[in-house]
Amino acid sequence: MTIRDAVERFVPDGSSVVMGACLEPLIPFAAGHELIRQRRRDLTLIGPISDSLFDQLVGAGCVARIVAAWVGNVSEGLGHCYRRAVEKGIPRRIEVRDHSNFSVSLALWAAAWNVPYLPTVTLLGSDILRTNPTIERVDGLVHVQAVKPDVAILHVQRADAAGRAHAWGPMGLAEEAGLAAARVILTAEELVGDEVTLSDPNRILLPETKVVAVVHEPGGAHPSPVQGHWRRDHAFYRDYAERSRSEDGFNQWLTEWVLAVPDREAYLARLDLDPLRVQQPRLSVPVDYGDN
Amino acid sequence: MAITSYTAQELMVAVAAREISDGDLVFVGMRLPILAFGVARNTHAPSARGLFELGLMRDQPAASFLATMGDPPNVVSALWATRMSNTMALMAQGEVDLGFIGGAEVDRFGNLNTSYVGDPSRPAVKLPGSGGGADIAILSRRWVTLMSHEKRRLVDRVSFVTSPGYGDGSPGWRRRNGLHGGGPAAVVTTKCVLRFPPDGGEAYLASVHPGVSEEEVRAETGWSLKSAPDLAQTPAPSDAELSWIRRLDPDGHWTQ
Repeated sequence: MTIRDAVERFVPDGSSVVMGACLEPLIPFAAGHELIRQRRRDLTLIGPISDSLFDQLVGAGCVARIVAAWVGNVSEGLGHCYRRAVEKGIPRRIEVRDHSNFSVSLALWAAAWNVPYLPTVTLLGSDILRTNPTIERVDGLVHVQAVKPDVAILHVQRADAAGRAHAWGPMGLAEEAGLAAARVILTAEELVGDEVTLSDPNRILLPETKVVAVVHEPGGAHPSPVQGHWRRDHAFYRDYAERSRSEDGFNQWLTEWVLAVPDREAYLARLDLDPLRVQQPRLSVPVDYGDN
Repeated sequence: MAITSYTAQELMVAVAAREISDGDLVFVGMRLPILAFGVARNTHAPSARGLFELGLMRDQPAASFLATMGDPPNVVSALWATRMSNTMALMAQGEVDLGFIGGAEVDRFGNLNTSYVGDPSRPAVKLPGSGGGADIAILSRRWVTLMSHEKRRLVDRVSFVTSPGYGDGSPGWRRRNGLHGGGPAAVVTTKCVLRFPPDGGEAYLASVHPGVSEEEVRAETGWSLKSAPDLAQTPAPSDAELSWIRRLDPDGHWTQ
């Protein structure tokens, strides 16, 4: 399946979508850009931090609500589109439900375990309790209400056609996001046979029963890093930060890198990829699953 | 040969590194604290460990430059690659000795604002948000924040408490409100180091950086700042600290 088909079929207007679940690495930018090209509207975006992707979707007018701990550009600072939307309603007003990283995780675990909330001590004393109606102080604890996404979009190193993904490196809140979501879309650097995925079932990220689409999308996380495949493209984030400072600058950037680009292959063709490729493999030692 | 010239950021990294004790588990965060952890680990704290909220634990600093904690070099030779909630579990159990938090605004009671400048329903500035900051502020045993020393950043009271320090400054505020960790230990700025009384409360001027006057610090601080009776000059970075800083940030991305 292509990302175009997956977005068309499984992410209608008004969906709540988890992206960027692993924090800085494995951010599904290709899928996010397809949401923009298909002019999705009224999305709720859910995540821990978002390294520019949520900023781009907000700037493109796709978003009605943000449920996140942090929206900006990790190496460069503020998210300029996010600022314009919250401060000035440009291109539209959005609702913000502030979280911390821990509370986003708890909200997703609550949904994954099918309970209305999880109690915690984090956020005691924080004004986040004042602005987010879904997090409240009860009997000296904080209750974080469940957040159940319609869809989680996860980029992984490899997956088979049946939806078994192998991902490695820090996993952020990818597991609770995938378990909580009604459905999961995978984009993968490599599409592999099940002889690869089933050789190491402990590494399978999520149950295949959650996965509705597997998209072979090499480079689909650029400019974010993918362990063993891609370095982080710091210069690309810097360029985005500078150009998105003004509304016009952002719109030009959006046309150049998203709207005028038909797909990820065409996007990658515009980049000098060689310096971004991981050069030296560092293989782990295989584990022994014998018996039989 | 002694290195006599250094930047304010290099001094901040050295000061932050000295807050790390040998054996500490440190919630590292981003930017200057990543360098501080590497400096500490290779000078006075050889058995310190770093925890990164996206799901990493490591001892030695990464072999090459990090723009973010999620850059691939930070994963190579990690002690643990895992999910974020596992790092939060350790912190919730009081296992994190020291955390670092970046801040846009800090107030006299060590509360941090990284969310909204002005009324949250109609903010003058929307800042990125908590990230893991609020979690660190509430759950780590002690924490340190680093920021540029400007009057608009060091304010009397923050308009929004993203990451609580000592709340309204009244005795026992953290305990009364159920916060587990001990609260802020220091605010390291480009001009000075602020510290807090042992049981919390109001920040005071503990040391002034070389070449900075006490008056200059006061002029750029948004409240009437008290000084420690033993107000000192911040010790300059040592040669060992500086050479590690320059090894970890070879192009001066964070420190020049």
